Amino acid sequence: MSETVIKCESVYKIFGENAKKMLEDANGNVDAKTFQEKGCIVGVNNASFEVAKGEMLVVMGLSGSGKSTLLRCISRLTDATGGKIFIEGQDLLELNNKELIDLRRNKMGMVFQSFALLPHKTVVENIAFPLQIKGTNTEASISRAMEMVKLVGLDGRENYFPRELSGGQQQRVGIARSLAVEPDIWFLDEPFSALDPLIRKEMQDEFLRLQEKLQKTIMFITHDFDEALKLADRIAIMKDGIIEQLDTPANIVLNPATEYVRKFTEEVPREKVLVIEDVMDTSSKDNLGDLKVSKDEIIENVAEKILTQEKIVGVIDSNNNVVGSIKPSKIIDTVFGGRKDGN
Amino acid sequence: MEYLKKYPKLFQWLFLLAVFFGLCFAIDVPETYKFIRGQAEFIKDPNQSVYFFLGKEVRYYAFDVFWRLPPLLGWLPIWINDSLFFLMNEWLPMEFWNEDTQEFKTRPLLLQISRNLTSFMTFLIELIREILLGGLNTIVAFSSWDFIDAYPWLALPGLPWTIVAAGATILSYKLSGKGLALFAGLTMIYISIFGQWKPSMQTLSFILVAAPLSFIFGLGLGIAAYKSKRVEKALYPILLVMQTMPQYAVLVPALVLFGVGDHAAVIITMVVAVPPMILLTILGLRAIPPEVIEAGRMSGCTNWQLMLKVLIPTARRDILIGVNQVIMVCFSMAVISAFIGAKGLGFNLLLALNQLNIGLALEAGLCISLIAILLDKMSLAWANKQTDYFGNLTFFQRNKNVIFFAASFVIGIILAYVGTFIFKGSFNYLFEIPHNKGISTADFWNKGVDWIFDTFFIYIKAFNTWLIQDVLQPMRALYLRMPAVATLVLAVGAGYLIGGIRSALVVCALTLFIALSPWWDRALVTLYMATFGVVISCLIGFTVGTLCFQNKKSAAFMLGICDIFQTFPSFVYLIPVMMLFGITDTSVLIAVVVYATIPATRYTIEGLRSVPVGLHEAATMSGVNKFQRLTKIEFPLAFPHMMLGLNQTIVFALFMVIIGAFIGTEDLGQYILKALSDKNGAGIGLTLGICVAFIGLIFDNLIRTWVNQRKKHLGIS
Repeated sequence: MSETVIKCESVYKIFGENAKKMLEDANGNVDAKTFQEKGCIVGVNNASFEVAKGEMLVVMGLSGSGKSTLLRCISRLTDATGGKIFIEGQDLLELNNKELIDLRRNKMGMVFQSFALLPHKTVVENIAFPLQIKGTNTEASISRAMEMVKLVGLDGRENYFPRELSGGQQQRVGIARSLAVEPDIWFLDEPFSALDPLIRKEMQDEFLRLQEKLQKTIMFITHDFDEALKLADRIAIMKDGIIEQLDTPANIVLNPATEYVRKFTEEVPREKVLVIEDVMDTSSKDNLGDLKVSKDEIIENVAEKILTQEKIVGVIDSNNNVVGSIKPSKIIDTVFGGRKDGN
Repeated sequence: MEYLKKYPKLFQWLFLLAVFFGLCFAIDVPETYKFIRGQAEFIKDPNQSVYFFLGKEVRYYAFDVFWRLPPLLGWLPIWINDSLFFLMNEWLPMEFWNEDTQEFKTRPLLLQISRNLTSFMTFLIELIREILLGGLNTIVAFSSWDFIDAYPWLALPGLPWTIVAAGATILSYKLSGKGLALFAGLTMIYISIFGQWKPSMQTLSFILVAAPLSFIFGLGLGIAAYKSKRVEKALYPILLVMQTMPQYAVLVPALVLFGVGDHAAVIITMVVAVPPMILLTILGLRAIPPEVIEAGRMSGCTNWQLMLKVLIPTARRDILIGVNQVIMVCFSMAVISAFIGAKGLGFNLLLALNQLNIGLALEAGLCISLIAILLDKMSLAWANKQTDYFGNLTFFQRNKNVIFFAASFVIGIILAYVGTFIFKGSFNYLFEIPHNKGISTADFWNKGVDWIFDTFFIYIKAFNTWLIQDVLQPMRALYLRMPAVATLVLAVGAGYLIGGIRSALVVCALTLFIALSPWWDRALVTLYMATFGVVISCLIGFTVGTLCFQNKKSAAFMLGICDIFQTFPSFVYLIPVMMLFGITDTSVLIAVVVYATIPATRYTIEGLRSVPVGLHEAATMSGVNKFQRLTKIEFPLAFPHMMLGLNQTIVFALFMVIIGAFIGTEDLGQYILKALSDKNGAGIGLTLGICVAFIGLIFDNLIRTWVNQRKKHLGIS
């Protein structure tokens, strides 16, 4: 793995008076129920993880699971009650106000669920806002903002006010604004949740295209499991402030760690999520047929080809070396079999 | 017993009423009791009892404590007064350099501060007044009288009225469009040709000083309260009292602190106008979506940048609504401040009313009303105006309004110059029409009033006599018949039944303050007049509101009327009633009813409107008819909001009752009026004002508590 950008060590966020003292007394053993009886609400409970450079970590959870709170701890919009957070090795909680503002001005960008645009500024002024706050002169900030307008495909609408734009367009402005200062770390808090399904899909594709180009370190919050599967390098599933499982999409679908996670994975069409590599047999490479498939193919795309074969299909890597094999029956097993185990 | 279980609250209330009436009958009126007109005036009377507290002597007529509580707070007004006097005249004497006499003079610190503050205010008012009307004082302030004598051409000539009128029209056009521009133009022309230009501009200059200052202080304090819980907690009780305190009552202490005149009025106007600005600032800042604030912080805003570039622009509309409130309060204070010698329309109105020249009063009143509507509409239009993008406009398009104003400025001056030839030897009507030298309709109105009096005198008199003898007198007697203990039990009991111990304690404290002041009887009279006004207003308001609600157009129309009437300073309402009913309690009560009906009607319509459309449809699909829908669905859901209307109605009624003292009533207002002309009146005026505010707050507390519970119960908020 390349270098770590975000690192959390048992982060806690507890709301309520005396939260700090109660956390110390609990000795690292926080139980949401007992805390609630004493008037405190546990937002994040012992979260530890790392995000590597260029990686996209999607935090998935239902409302009230603490995913947004976790994000706000890491962007320090709220102060964590306990634990340590490092951004590129810097202890976030030790930063003074000025250093924090510097960090936000240069390293971080954030996109919000409700877009959070400034109603009195036009599209281009909204995008230029973080630059102007930083002290960039008007001309430079506007020309940079115009680049961003083009990047998110809003050319011709740069002088519109947010009230004149549709939801999808408003979020494009939100995205452009968060990228205007060229941050290394990109936080997205349910950016597509307020959009209707068709626009949401379009925006997701657009987002993947952007990420391909920009290669930011991303924390992406969502309550939509399908969205998480589609976008993530790794997914963290949260419930009641606790990270239930943190793994790659394939591993979560194949090996759900808890009953709660399994419930999400049950309805997932595996053939759309898993690639050949996830299900191939690496031990036997003999008796292969003529057909060879790449290990990075999504099952859905090659299933028909494999299923029409009688012989075992070979799996190859990008250098055309055979790295494993897959039987047609394995495909059927993956698509239909896994689900029955759950019941 | 079954009923007892089913309606426990009902039985608790019945029990409370039974106790109340039991006490009323059980406690006899003491033989020595009469409605004592001079109770607070401390006449030496051998029948009076005396006590000393903090060195102040309090004299009062003693009764059975169950009947009337002794005025244990009687020392408070004297103490406030003496403290103020001490602070102003004796505390911390210091040496100050006097420019005029070129020597050091010893003066108490506060007096010096007050004098400096007032002369600063005077300077500001004079400056704006002289831009509008011309004059010498501003130039003199920077130089000397000798200087002016040497260079007489330096005197500001004042703007011709045509330029001010054009300016108002162009501004209205920019803010709202043709309609408002037309209204502004006509209003300005009316003011000018009817000879009200000078007082109108005096009033306007008063507002132009008071409103911006109130805005700055209000915004600052509002932001401070938003940032710090502690500041908010400290401000909250003051804001609460100021909202129910009659504007009239704050004038009295202003006299002591700042003297007589515009400057004192401006300072005290700020005291009244700042609270609504604070409230709306807090409201606006609180209403900002948290994500917008987070977006600002993630953009790397410092606290200052966040406030100036994110929070205030986002809360723009609420803040500008606050500006609207500030302007309206300043305007109504500008009128009422006539009582402490502020110049302008209010002064003329007061003069005309004192001379019983109804025609002149009507003209001034009409002017006041028109300006009130204009200021209200303009500031609201400003609040509702959305920012436009103007980067791609040409120079002319961008500066259109400025160019037009510059053009009208030149034309105005040319017209005024031409006028000197046309109106040789008489007034230059194209420059400035002097006061009462325009067209006057006063005679017409006076004749009209005479005619009405001659023609309908018998009917009006009969109505008047009937109302006073058969309704008001008995009602007043009933209120005065209440023993103090019974009233207390009723108030505290109601507080307990509605809001539990907390409400009971609050209500108890507020009631006790009034009961222990020397003016309990007066408070009862105030309460009786207010009750009468509120009951009639609510009957009218709820009926009219419900009827108008049946049709969307009539509802909108009625709300529009309410908007217009609400902008009039309360004082204006006294003119037509005095015209018809002369100087009697009837006049005051009719003014109260008219004034207090506005909120009753408005809140009824708004409440009924707020019932969700989905419920309407659901009800219609259940097959209810119109009447059933009204009684079963709309009324129950709208009732909490209508109760808030009742709350407003009470406050409006109290304000009007107090102002009614000008016509001559025997309530708390009468004493406030008296305190205005009493050099020791500051403490009395302030305490009286607090008493009135507390009456309002008692009802405010009860109604709000009930409404909040009810809303929670219904799941609306």
